[in-house]
Amino acid sequence: MARNKRAIPEINAGSMADIAFLLLIFYLVTTTMDTDKGINRKLPPWDENLEQDIPPIKERNIFTVLVNSNDQLLVEDEYLEISQLREKAMEFIDNNGDGSCTYCKGYKVSSSSDNPDKAVISLQNDRGTSYGMYVKVQNELVAAYEDLRDKYAEEEYGKSYRGMDAEEDKDVIKEIKGAYPQKISEAEPLNIGG
Amino acid sequence: MAVIKKKKDKELPAVNTSALPDIVFMLLFFFMVATVMREVDLKVSVNKPQATEIQKLERKSLVTYIYAGSPRVKFQDKFGRAPRIQLNDAFATIDDLQAFVIQEREKKSEEDRPMMTMSIKADKSVKMGLISDIKLQLRKAQALKINYSSLQPKNVEALYSSEN
Repeated sequence: MARNKRAIPEINAGSMADIAFLLLIFYLVTTTMDTDKGINRKLPPWDENLEQDIPPIKERNIFTVLVNSNDQLLVEDEYLEISQLREKAMEFIDNNGDGSCTYCKGYKVSSSSDNPDKAVISLQNDRGTSYGMYVKVQNELVAAYEDLRDKYAEEEYGKSYRGMDAEEDKDVIKEIKGAYPQKISEAEPLNIGG
Repeated sequence: MAVIKKKKDKELPAVNTSALPDIVFMLLFFFMVATVMREVDLKVSVNKPQATEIQKLERKSLVTYIYAGSPRVKFQDKFGRAPRIQLNDAFATIDDLQAFVIQEREKKSEEDRPMMTMSIKADKSVKMGLISDIKLQLRKAQALKINYSSLQPKNVEALYSSEN
């Protein structure tokens, strides 16, 4: 009976905090916070015997963007600032020259693209172009498409395209992507003044 | 007198620290959940470019990283300052890239292979010549899904200023 009455001594938990701190510091040192985000792109497949039967594209349906080794832009034979690129690209894609696009709001200029489906953006850079500039240009071109899709979604569905849920609005997203298909073609870089 | 004497004798009670481990554990769990393990030791300095149209890379296991940039200061006397490629934990040359991609693809399960994404983490000052070479090698290795790793700018105006 006497045995049962004896109290079990309490475990000393004083160093618990030390152990926890040790673990905490370990995690602080070995892990990183940065999340992986970036611009998704798809490369064209590699083909040895290229340029065989590429269907010709009309000049007016190509929007040429050139970036030189000094990170300067030449868009459709015109010197541009990066801040103007998005607007220019949107004008080009949304031009609707042949009137077949019912939802476009373009100016129907005869020298610009027929419809969003035919419009191709051609990007060419120099080997001396900085990667930062290249990403910026890519970003603006993608943004031009996203802005147009946003506008279209706002009108048709009353909500923004960027805010849509990838799973929930799967079909809607597909439809919008079809309305403004992203066509950015990249040429092999030049080597002038690299 | 008795009152004064009593005051002198009284000691400050010790602060109760029994809740300290709980607090620290809470912090610990926060860090365990919110962070990811550092996978490689960066040998090149990467100052990512900024972009607004960025998407999150969903499944970490499908992503393979290619780093490009100038070697860090402690490697500069050995490797110089010219931008280099880093694969896993070592410097690599452009010719190693194809083999690297194939090797990484082998590691992934059959159904995941077509979804493999190559994330290019390059410094914004790297010239496009190097990036183009990387892209060409990736195309040859049939790794066509790529992602240009970039950061969301704090304010959008900064994107258009000439310094960046």
